[in-house]
Amino acid sequence: MVRTVNKGIDKEAIWKELGKIRDPEIPILTLTEMRIIRDVQLDEKGVCVTMSPTFAGCPALDHMRDEIRTRLRDMGCEEVEVRLSFSPPWSTDMLDESTKLKLETVGITPPPPLKQRLEDSLAEPVACPYCHSTTTRVESLFGATLCKQLYFCEACKQPFERFKPV
Amino acid sequence: MAISPPSATSPLLAFILALADDELMLGHRDAEWTGHAPILEEDIAFSNIAQDELGHSLVWYSLHEQMTGKSPDVMAFERPWADFTCCRLVTYPRGDFAYTVVRQYFFDVAEKVRLESLRSSSSSELKDVAGKILREESYHLLHLRGLLERLGDATEESHRRMQAAVDAAFPQALGIFEPVPEEEHLVRTGVFPGNAILEQEWLNEVLPVLLGSTLSVPASKQNGRISIHVSPDVGGRRKSHTPHLKQLVDDLQQVYRIAPGAGW
Repeated sequence: MVRTVNKGIDKEAIWKELGKIRDPEIPILTLTEMRIIRDVQLDEKGVCVTMSPTFAGCPALDHMRDEIRTRLRDMGCEEVEVRLSFSPPWSTDMLDESTKLKLETVGITPPPPLKQRLEDSLAEPVACPYCHSTTTRVESLFGATLCKQLYFCEACKQPFERFKPV
Repeated sequence: MAISPPSATSPLLAFILALADDELMLGHRDAEWTGHAPILEEDIAFSNIAQDELGHSLVWYSLHEQMTGKSPDVMAFERPWADFTCCRLVTYPRGDFAYTVVRQYFFDVAEKVRLESLRSSSSSELKDVAGKILREESYHLLHLRGLLERLGDATEESHRRMQAAVDAAFPQALGIFEPVPEEEHLVRTGVFPGNAILEQEWLNEVLPVLLGSTLSVPASKQNGRISIHVSPDVGGRRKSHTPHLKQLVDDLQQVYRIAPGAGW
């Protein structure tokens, strides 16, 4: 006889719990705001959470997977599985406006909408998250983490980061 | 999306494993610049690129795991060096910065043409993974092409080093397109168009860029087809490697071997 698990737990409660997990590299955002947690399947055999990594080389994947498992087990879920999916691939276009505004509050300029060619995505003026001037320059398209780029604001003379459009 | 488990010697598995092994080795070579790059910006850039490549190797090893049950850790850390199927290009030491730039540029263009061909693959697993990796790779190509174009004809010394790098890396890069065993099966079933076609696409892209940067290369275009006038440095796909791979694998496996299977 197949064991039935997770009676009395509903999907909404699971999503609510998952919504508390913060991104380890940008803790002002949660994994649901980042659209990293893509799907939750719940049935009498178990729970399956699908994650979509921001970057294939994200070093925090195991940490996030462990936290998902721990939180769901703590709330009473059994047979918890976390799987990765690249379909559709994670993209900065998935972030909504309120998420982008939150990035600004911690000195990270949000990513622009993606264009077909990378060069075109990068051609748009970049606004400083502190003073909002667009008199800014690229220091490096590669930053301290895979998801960030380095810029400098000529107006207020501060370095800042931008979320890498991908 | 059912994945039917292929046999241990399946050409699809060999194809995926070759990609994974290439990324793992190149990622490690790239990471050798961390703390040693000529300028800080390149230290950051190559550390990022290395992390991306290692991440891509994880993506391919994970796909391999879905089909075989063997974890990425087992594939990366428990195989003897002679079992890897990476091309020879990615096993050579990092050399000077010019060699690194040329090697990375050659590899990034090859990866781009391969991944773009996978976007219409009959294998949906390969198609999905290709799309994700391509977006990240576009930053590598932008950066490396820019470096190559600037260094190729900047000063007498930069030109000399870049030309020496092209002389060394060009025949090695041709080894990226060495077919995996039974490749014809993959072509017949629409997985990808075959390495010969990818090699022509690669040549069509890199040749004008090299020539435009005043770098000469032993290849010429005749009747719409590019011919190569140098022997390719092949063998990697058939596990015929140079001793450089032994050194590299000893290096990357040494911590794991202290306590195999330990949690970190």
